[in-house]
Amino acid sequence: MTTATDGPGLATGPSVAPVEPPDGDDIVGALPAATDLSPRWLLAGLAAVAVATVVGIATGPVSLPLHRVAVELLDHLPLVSLDSGLSSTQRAIVWEIRTPRVVLGLLVGALLAGSGAGYQGVFRNPLADPYLLGIAAGAGLGATLAIVTGAGDGVGAFDAIPMFAFIGALVAVAMAAALSVRRDGSGGPATLILAGVAVAAFFTAAQTYVQQRHAETLRQVYAWILGRLSTSGWDEVLLLLPYALICGAVLVLAVGALDVLAVGDDEARALGLHPRRIRMVVLVAASLATAAAVAVSGLIGFVGLVVPHGVRLVAGVSNRRVIPLSFLFGGAFLALADVLARTVQAPAELPIGVITAFVGAPFFLWILRSRSMA
Amino acid sequence: MSTHPAISWRDVGVELGGSTVVSDVSLDVPTGAWLSLIGPNGAGKTTLVRTLGGTVDHAGDVELLGRDGRGLSVRDRARQLAVVPQHPVIPPGMRVFDYVLLGRAPHQGLRCASSLQDRRRSLAVLQRLGLEDFADRRVDTLSGGERQRVVLARALVQDTPVLVLDEPTAALDVGHQLEVLELIADLRTERELTIVTTVHDLTVAGQFADIVAVLADGRLVAAGTPTEVLTPDVIGAHWGVEASCDVDTEDGSVTVTVRRRKEQRRRPATPATTELAPHATEEDHR
Repeated sequence: MTTATDGPGLATGPSVAPVEPPDGDDIVGALPAATDLSPRWLLAGLAAVAVATVVGIATGPVSLPLHRVAVELLDHLPLVSLDSGLSSTQRAIVWEIRTPRVVLGLLVGALLAGSGAGYQGVFRNPLADPYLLGIAAGAGLGATLAIVTGAGDGVGAFDAIPMFAFIGALVAVAMAAALSVRRDGSGGPATLILAGVAVAAFFTAAQTYVQQRHAETLRQVYAWILGRLSTSGWDEVLLLLPYALICGAVLVLAVGALDVLAVGDDEARALGLHPRRIRMVVLVAASLATAAAVAVSGLIGFVGLVVPHGVRLVAGVSNRRVIPLSFLFGGAFLALADVLARTVQAPAELPIGVITAFVGAPFFLWILRSRSMA
Repeated sequence: MSTHPAISWRDVGVELGGSTVVSDVSLDVPTGAWLSLIGPNGAGKTTLVRTLGGTVDHAGDVELLGRDGRGLSVRDRARQLAVVPQHPVIPPGMRVFDYVLLGRAPHQGLRCASSLQDRRRSLAVLQRLGLEDFADRRVDTLSGGERQRVVLARALVQDTPVLVLDEPTAALDVGHQLEVLELIADLRTERELTIVTTVHDLTVAGQFADIVAVLADGRLVAAGTPTEVLTPDVIGAHWGVEASCDVDTEDGSVTVTVRRRKEQRRRPATPATTELAPHATEEDHR
């Protein structure tokens, strides 16, 4: 039987390091390696991002040769000077239209998948996703309010719709957190999940009510809920970047503590950790990241649930691998899904949420089947 | 060696959900001793042990190596005391080596990143416990006995002077029970550990412990050496069974044999086998 850590192809599995000189401990033979983000896995993730970026930029109404796009991108790296042979119009397409959208897809996908991995680690539950604590419902209500009141037209990153969605998402998750704490200050993860379910139901009901009262905006609300990556230049990217960097750093720093948390709160305490503190920090980071992603892209489902799972199936269960790789593969997955969303019914665009579920579900089932057969 | 007892409970009481689970327990455990807490189900053994881990609020004082338990940070406590829980949570898919390395968490920084020293320590313990071939196996694929040793390995790499084991042999057959207990006894000598176990098996308490303490309804009703505590009178009073206690005069260990009370020793009117026989025959004819 194959263990979960030694996946096929690129999987490194538990490797064995050379014998170290004894140092007080009486050990013989090779010292096993701890499961960690090995360079091979990191390279695999970065390669996926690179492929998604080049394919994403090259694909569109005006098709650009892949190798020229790759050279054009390399040309912008420091200390690299290459001639891609693209015309000035093609360069404008690359840098002003497609790159911002591809980068936005990478960021949104990374944030959703990374947050999903964080949620799953915190709740020790493979069914947790970034929308677990009512973020989707809260954002949905916020966006619906912005649309029906005419406060926002959906154009630009600093429009009222993303702002309302962001606030709605944070209000929902804060309510769930507040409701889950008992009077004596206790409250475990199960209470938090239940509070999240209740808050989500409440916000969804409110959103449906508001939407029904303003039937004329149904189409616009529905389009927002299905999710999309539309850009007006680099604004959305700049808006997301701080969240991606800060929340990403927090989640990546917490991977070791999350691995300890896998043995449950009592045992984690016996190992010298503060489970509630860790949970709080990770949930705040993951929720902020999700709220920011949802605010600019709508409710794109499936990424936060399935990408971390796919990573876990091939790279093993350690959060040291799952969280950083979820960021990388999540970004690549969404950028590629966006390519399909743009091209399948061109010139019309399909909602990206439809693509992530339609392509992601069979892909995930394929990984699941091939792993269980192995 | 420290002059303080390794563990000192002073008038300790615990209330859970409004009912008193432990009440007025005072007991000292000298450094290097093996304490076995025994008592009927629901006597409060596990709860008393949890006061050491700081996972339950209590009245009175609990001192660990001369320091007030309330003043210890979670991390300090994890450097003094390692716990082998009765039902450890085994994370699905985790490798044995990674699982054992978790025991180094109290000695690691914020990121819980394991150093070369941590890995060497973990391998040394795995080898001591004869588990080195399991390093790359998944914990959830191991047998009960192997798993118990892996959990023990995780506690040992914590490098604490006190080791607490809650029902360490509950899930094991007789052979594996003795194997694990002998191992703990050897490690105690090698590392000068203070051991606290809760056990149901009175003979285990009588064979391995220096101090046996009996809890009943949350109160400490007897404490002393195995020969002082494991007597037919004490066992009859608190477990409601007849027992004979054989004392080994050389090492002071006690073997307890439990029998049903005489008045309850009646043969069933109809032996179970004759009841079952006709059904079995019908099944065969179908």
